[in-house]
Amino acid sequence: MSLEIITYPDERLKQVSAPVEHFDGELRDFIAALEDTMRAGPGGVGIAAPQVGHFFRIAIVDVSAMGKLPKKSTNHGRIVLINPEITEWQGMVMGREGCMSVPDFTGNVIRAEKIVLTAFDEQGQSHEYHCEGFEARAVQHEVDHLDGMLFLDRLVSRRTDLFRRKVYEGQGKGKR
Amino acid sequence: MKKHWYMLTLVGKDRPGIVAHVTHALYEGGCHLGETSMLRMGTSFTMMMMVQYDGNVNALRNVLQTEVESLGLHLHIDHIEGGLHQHREPDVRISIYGADKPGIVAHATGALTEAGLDILDLTSDVGGTEDAPIYIMHIEGQAKEGVEALRSALAIVEKEGVEARLTPIDTLVG
Repeated sequence: MSLEIITYPDERLKQVSAPVEHFDGELRDFIAALEDTMRAGPGGVGIAAPQVGHFFRIAIVDVSAMGKLPKKSTNHGRIVLINPEITEWQGMVMGREGCMSVPDFTGNVIRAEKIVLTAFDEQGQSHEYHCEGFEARAVQHEVDHLDGMLFLDRLVSRRTDLFRRKVYEGQGKGKR
Repeated sequence: MKKHWYMLTLVGKDRPGIVAHVTHALYEGGCHLGETSMLRMGTSFTMMMMVQYDGNVNALRNVLQTEVESLGLHLHIDHIEGGLHQHREPDVRISIYGADKPGIVAHATGALTEAGLDILDLTSDVGGTEDAPIYIMHIEGQAKEGVEALRSALAIVEKEGVEARLTPIDTLVG
């Protein structure tokens, strides 16, 4: 069952969501519907509960769902993030983001390249995840939703060029 | 009356307040702004604006007549087809720089176009000094024949003494 996505300028997207307290069947049903909604969207690799008008700290990320994943990009497949807390940030990288709640616009956003986070799954089990690259970006994007933040709040100029990051990883042609 | 879309081009000597004055006049005249690009180039200020307006070209020109005269701007108006929400997402970004010399843009874009690049956005600038200027160009576009074809094209462009790098744009939708 796919849920209706609310889109900015709906002010509800700017509110802080509440922690989940009960890990029950109702929660698991909601997560199944949330996942259906994410997978129904074109190219969606993550979704957060407030995007469907449910203001609790729940998100799902699955960057393996993306057709052509950036090379060397490691990921955990489908991760359910309940009451997620990012505990470590490392590095900075600019990348392009869009959002199902912000149709027809993409922009450049700087995110941490690597993060460590803890989150509960839908059974109430606590996990620690080490994420990097595209998956780390997706997690940060979704956790932002739980705090009422959109990628629009983090835009940097399209003319800003911080793409040098890859030069040291062999994408340059060895002239340096 | 049906609303029309126009592309306004305004160019004049740069000075503070151009954007505020021009957009205020447009607003007061009943115009609605769409996508715009406004930047200083050299000592000029340049504006390209999609404007929705329910009158004809002459009426639109009249809306800006006072500002055009007082700010010393050149105004050009085209009636355009299509409106907003026509974005196409780039999947590749290319940066090229090097000692400035004639033909950098022509040669690079020629090779890239042949290799399947559809340019969506290009900005270029000249920095360095008068004696030793450097040319810097950023392109965003769609690689119609894949990224490797563009890399091969850039390898040839680099033989002409410029540095080039290509970065795929993997847009996250969350």
